[in-house]
Amino acid sequence: MKGKKLFLIGTLLLGFIFASGTVYSAKRMIQIKGSDTIVNLVQILSEEFMAINPGKAIAVMGGGSGTGIAALINGTCDIANHSRPMKSKEKKLCEEKRVVPRTFIIAIDGLSVIVHKDNPLKEMIMEKIGAIYRGDITNWKEVGGPDMPISLYGRQSNSGTFVFFQEHVLGKQDYSPQMKRMNGNAQIVEGVIQDKAGIGYVGVGYVIDIKTRKVRNDLTVLNVAKNAESKAYSPMDKAAVDSGDYPVARPLFQSTNGKPKGNVALFIKFINSPEGQKIVEREGFFPIGKDIIADNFKNMK
Amino acid sequence: MKKKKFSDLKESVIKAFFFTNGILTVMILASIFALLLFTSIPAFREIDLKEFFTSHQWNPTSPVKEHYGILSMVASTFMVSLGAMIIAIPIGIGTASYLSDVAHWKVREIVKPIVEILAGIPSVVIGFLGIILFGPILAKIFGTSNGLNAINGSLLLAIMALPTIVSISEDSLSAVPKTYSDASLALGANRWQTLVRVKLPASLSGIIAAVMLGMGRAIGETMTVLMATGNAPAFPRGFLSSIRTMTATIAIELGEVPYYSTHYYALFAVGFVLFLITFIVNLLSDVILNKYQEREQ
Repeated sequence: MKGKKLFLIGTLLLGFIFASGTVYSAKRMIQIKGSDTIVNLVQILSEEFMAINPGKAIAVMGGGSGTGIAALINGTCDIANHSRPMKSKEKKLCEEKRVVPRTFIIAIDGLSVIVHKDNPLKEMIMEKIGAIYRGDITNWKEVGGPDMPISLYGRQSNSGTFVFFQEHVLGKQDYSPQMKRMNGNAQIVEGVIQDKAGIGYVGVGYVIDIKTRKVRNDLTVLNVAKNAESKAYSPMDKAAVDSGDYPVARPLFQSTNGKPKGNVALFIKFINSPEGQKIVEREGFFPIGKDIIADNFKNMK
Repeated sequence: MKKKKFSDLKESVIKAFFFTNGILTVMILASIFALLLFTSIPAFREIDLKEFFTSHQWNPTSPVKEHYGILSMVASTFMVSLGAMIIAIPIGIGTASYLSDVAHWKVREIVKPIVEILAGIPSVVIGFLGIILFGPILAKIFGTSNGLNAINGSLLLAIMALPTIVSISEDSLSAVPKTYSDASLALGANRWQTLVRVKLPASLSGIIAAVMLGMGRAIGETMTVLMATGNAPAFPRGFLSSIRTMTATIAIELGEVPYYSTHYYALFAVGFVLFLITFIVNLLSDVILNKYQEREQ
């Protein structure tokens, strides 16, 4: 009886050892982590990539640009998505941990400022948007809207969009403490749709209706002007984004540790291919031009 | 003789085994306490203790000047938890009284498990309810532009604390000896008087324990409040303003913070304060429990 039991335990243990062995020897998945702004885009890119390259597996996670870069530095992901350049602090950390980041631009985003659809405002100057988010302007009537206290929606500090907006629109000042720190772009959109006094900022991919591929009709995307003299442009206006007339356009990045190899290199090549860029455009972002693609390929070597 | 020796050995091994198990919990608690304490101490090399406890500004990533004051989030944590208790205590004790004294036993057998299933709903799901269901309703009721505020958080936390409060209160109400209520009824009291003046006071220790456990859950809950309260780090102006609790702050910022920076240590200090608060709540409930039990004896 006892012998039987021992035998049983022994086989179970052996089974475990073999099972764990096979798990370790299984092919590694590409791990991608970071910016919430491009998590959907990269997810779809990777699905299409896996469809034409059967047997290759990619896992995409959000969490914010800061989270992605931290994961790249800590070695827990293969590619970091980020919607802002690396900070000098992060570059220093890279050096300390012997991480040599290679950065690629994969798409262009017209950061969109959104308000509730009942809000009569259609356009605004950068400076005013900054003042609203700093908390200097607290009522819509001060910018020509209805008499309502402004309800601010933004991201959390681990978001690249949070940092980009702070640097380019707020003039490196603090956000108002009244701003609601939302978990992701989708939550900001959800909040502003329900909030008559709301204002929010999200990646342009999030104001496009998934089914019709047009601007969502349940919110208003503000046209933004550089200053009082210049004309206001829509973030959907490709020419204005390309020329820089739309003032809050920005590149979206992916970084790898060292030269991309194997499947990681294949995936980055796919994003830079015409098919990849077609998907970028379909998801509401803007494709990168020839020059950037050439730079990316040079950077891969 | 030999056999006796063997059973003695067996006895002492078993004894040692149970002693280790018992001491293990104490060790875990002590080491968490030590870890939190020692990881928070370095924070105060750069942060003024007075600023930490009395400033209402928390902004460690500011490009202008970093602020590390926890007053706003401590106030926010207490606000949502107390709000949740104000909602959950009357409903919870009411439900427990109904189940133990009014409901037919068949109804109780069905309803009590259902209430307990409520405890199994993941907090993310409840937070989601707060965003899409309670938020818009609260906004309409109070005439605010959105419903991401302290009341929303309180409501959701009340839902989460209810199963604990109902279940444990009902248990302790049912545990009141039948002789108590028999005596009360024989003296001419009606069922209402029996419930309110005899059974509830007799089971008070259990009910207080239930409430404290519910409160502990409310203070420590993270995901729900993170989703439903808007996370504005300003000092709360009232139940209709957006708030950010201590748990939410830790959850949001710990993912991104560079290791071994002041910000990192400061988050551990926040965790330490949170630990102290829940520790005191539990200690108080223990003291109250003991007091009532002594009186009963």
